[in-house]
Amino acid sequence: MSTSTMNANRSNTLAAGRLRPGVMVSMGVFAVAVPLFVLWALVGNLPNLFVVAFIAIILFLILLGVTSRIVEGGRRAKDRVITTLVVSSFVLALVPLVSLLWTVIARGLTRFDGSFFGMSMRNIVGNGGGALHAIIGTLLITLMATIISVPVGILTAIYLTEYARGNVLSKVLSALVDVMTGIPSIVAGLFIAALAGLLIGPGTTTGFLGALALSVLMVPTVVRSAEEMLKLVPNELREASYALGVPKWVTVLRVVVRTAAAGLTTSVMLAISRVIGETAPLLIVAGFTPSMNYNLFSGPMMTLPVFVYDQYAHKGLPPEAFDARSWAGALTLILLAMVLNVGARLLGKLLSPKTR
Amino acid sequence: MTAAAGNIPKPKRRLGDLVFSRVSVFAGILILVVLAAVAVFLTAYSLPAFFADPKTLSSSQPTSFWAYVAPLAFGTVWAAFLALLISLPFSILVALFVTQYAPRRLATIFGYIIDILAAVPSVVFGLWGIVVLAPSIVPVYTWISDALGWIPLFSGPVAADGRTILTAAIVLAIMILPIMTAMCREVFDQTPRLHIEAALALGATRWEMVKTAVLPFGRPGIIAAAMLVLSPAQVISFALFHSENPNTIAANIALNYPESSGIQVNALMASGLILFVITILVNMLARWIVRRRAAFSGAN
Repeated sequence: MSTSTMNANRSNTLAAGRLRPGVMVSMGVFAVAVPLFVLWALVGNLPNLFVVAFIAIILFLILLGVTSRIVEGGRRAKDRVITTLVVSSFVLALVPLVSLLWTVIARGLTRFDGSFFGMSMRNIVGNGGGALHAIIGTLLITLMATIISVPVGILTAIYLTEYARGNVLSKVLSALVDVMTGIPSIVAGLFIAALAGLLIGPGTTTGFLGALALSVLMVPTVVRSAEEMLKLVPNELREASYALGVPKWVTVLRVVVRTAAAGLTTSVMLAISRVIGETAPLLIVAGFTPSMNYNLFSGPMMTLPVFVYDQYAHKGLPPEAFDARSWAGALTLILLAMVLNVGARLLGKLLSPKTR
Repeated sequence: MTAAAGNIPKPKRRLGDLVFSRVSVFAGILILVVLAAVAVFLTAYSLPAFFADPKTLSSSQPTSFWAYVAPLAFGTVWAAFLALLISLPFSILVALFVTQYAPRRLATIFGYIIDILAAVPSVVFGLWGIVVLAPSIVPVYTWISDALGWIPLFSGPVAADGRTILTAAIVLAIMILPIMTAMCREVFDQTPRLHIEAALALGATRWEMVKTAVLPFGRPGIIAAAMLVLSPAQVISFALFHSENPNTIAANIALNYPESSGIQVNALMASGLILFVITILVNMLARWIVRRRAAFSGAN
């Protein structure tokens, strides 16, 4: 008799003041079922699932908060509500992003074929055609932008971390690099357009100008992330090198930059993946063309983002063909950015010097 | 002998050192020059627009330059503000989920996914917004207008194609969500382990730990992320949206620049200058807030 009550008491003390999982599951089912059926009854057909989910989450939060406050007290109730909020907002945030990826893949695959990667848009009026000219243009312009901005960016980062010991120039420079990260991409395009208008003649569009505009956007990103990477190099390495009588510039090149090589590669590739999808500046300074153009220095050059925009915004007949090309271009663009992104991380892992 | 001892040799300045340090200084100065050139060129090209006959500035024949640019500037700031309002709580919560709530192994995978989504080009978001989001959001607008129409704010007919500034702001919000989440995640990840463990050891619930250790530590980072992410995001997605009636500066330039000439180009440049000034002001505000807050944050 007494042992059984003790047992009961013990199981009670362990479970006391806690919501049982069963209770929460039933509250969850209730919270989903009520808006679903109420809306179904009101609207007549299956309601928008996103709206149902939204109402269900709010309902569940209220139910959980109230019951938990009664059973478990205020602190734990708050914790439970916030946990639910965090998890559900994660799920909610994923919905549009998954929808985006799904749409691009589903619609992009219709024209993701050989001729899309093998043909330009020259003399194409309706169906067919491809984005080869735009892909080549994007690769050339991005390559050129990288060639311009990587040395400038990394050297500036080296100056900031290795040479400037908090002097006035470095303070001004770091503030201005921050300002530069905030330059809207369209302003970079306008700046290059203004420059070209003055030096060459108004309305000039070439691939090289596009690369310059992208460099304006790329340099600050490279500087910022390269600086972070160089700062991670332990000071002991520099001091060891100096102690061996190695000149400063050799130390910087062979010790500091070598140690940070992986991080620098990653930061450069991430910077590329940021600018490869830029549309606005290229629209202004690199221009539109349906033809192949391998020459960065003369004539307009098509790029992939501009191609996507152009095919969608300036549709001819039949419009489906233009839509399909636009989505296929979008898919190619996403894939390019992803390959760069994943590649950057893999390279970063592979190249990083073994510290253990 | 004694004279030589007092004569400490000066360290030799090597040619390599000199060249390398000069080159790196030069790279830094080049950045200053470029930024100055951006400001100077934009201003120089904008000046004619301020003094020209306002009727020639655009096909809509505005009464003055400011009448031309003010609605665009307002549209830009308003859309950015709405987007931030939607996106900021979400990205903080998602970043918290990834860093503090999700199991470790899953968290790394989510981190990668977010980083990849952050690299999706804006033009793709714009395309998705106009083709998928705008049509599917119209019923919600209609419902709001029907149910809450008695509030003056929600009265009036709903745009049939859903291409409103709110839709644009939602697309912008979705677009900046992964970028901002990635930034917040980095900040939260750097919360000192000791602060977290100390909070938990004192018996804090997980939320109390987040509130007392993670959020105070990350606050300047969050503010900086929010302000910084918006400026590169003033992008082309709007151009796809409002093809007849662009209502942000960036969209207006992107749409009209290729067909403009003469004084209209100057007007577009002038609006670009104003966008530049707005961005820099917001940026400086962000840095000022971060600096002011940094002193009181949990970081020290």
